[in-house]
Amino acid sequence: MYEEIAFYLFSALTIGLFLITVMSKNVLYAMTSLASGMVLISGFFFILGADFLGVVQLIVYVGAVMALYSFAMMFFDATRDIKEKNTPASLIFLLGGLSALVLVMMFAGPIHSDAVQALYPMHEGVGNAQDVGIVLFTKYLVPFEVAAVMLLVAMIAGIILAGKKMDQSLTEDRGADDEILQQKDAK
Amino acid sequence: MIGLSHYLIVSAILFSIGLMGVLRRRNLLMLFFATEVMLNAVNIAFAAISHFYNDLTGQMFAFFVIAIAASEVAVGLGILIVLYKKHGSLDLDDLASMRG
Repeated sequence: MYEEIAFYLFSALTIGLFLITVMSKNVLYAMTSLASGMVLISGFFFILGADFLGVVQLIVYVGAVMALYSFAMMFFDATRDIKEKNTPASLIFLLGGLSALVLVMMFAGPIHSDAVQALYPMHEGVGNAQDVGIVLFTKYLVPFEVAAVMLLVAMIAGIILAGKKMDQSLTEDRGADDEILQQKDAK
Repeated sequence: MIGLSHYLIVSAILFSIGLMGVLRRRNLLMLFFATEVMLNAVNIAFAAISHFYNDLTGQMFAFFVIAIAASEVAVGLGILIVLYKKHGSLDLDDLASMRG
């Protein structure tokens, strides 16, 4: 009963919020609705019993990714409405038809997949976080480490791309220091 | 009773919304938002299949999708900032400089 109410509430709200994200002309509205939609998606994960995934969704998406977006928005003019030329409708119809075909195949997949067997079954009486940890650090250890290296590479790439002219140290540049001091003195 | 197909339908609707956004958006930042919507829709499908088949593999894949999405955002936003410093705009039509 409660599961059904929560499911329909979350799905209606998520669809509405993501429609705002896709349709809105204002970057701020789009980002706020995207963040709240992600919070509701973590609600889906909690209903499905994937507690650890829900917490990771909250921390990584709502915490880290949206904070990154909001910091990046400070570089762009966020208050101005975005003017966009829309793509010709025939192209959208063609691509939409192709993706609808893929979706039908996706739905037909589970019907013919009765022979699917659980490779790493969940255990009764063990918490979801424990279960996930055991599988992650035994069967998926190598992908886990590779993902860690990938995140490190992404961090370095982000720092280097966003922080150009970081090789010129602010403290060693005497001229800039003097300028700042003079401005302070002037005040 | 909520079954697997309910979750898959919601996931498909959200994925279609994201795909529509990718097709109609011309601003690069908004294009990033639409890809995030698509990634989240796929994560819902992974978690639902993991729950209804009683298998942890789906959750594992959802974790790796989240990790990849986080690094994609970090690198992509760096590239967007460099592009904005260079061109002063994030519109795809302004950035299309290789037209023959």
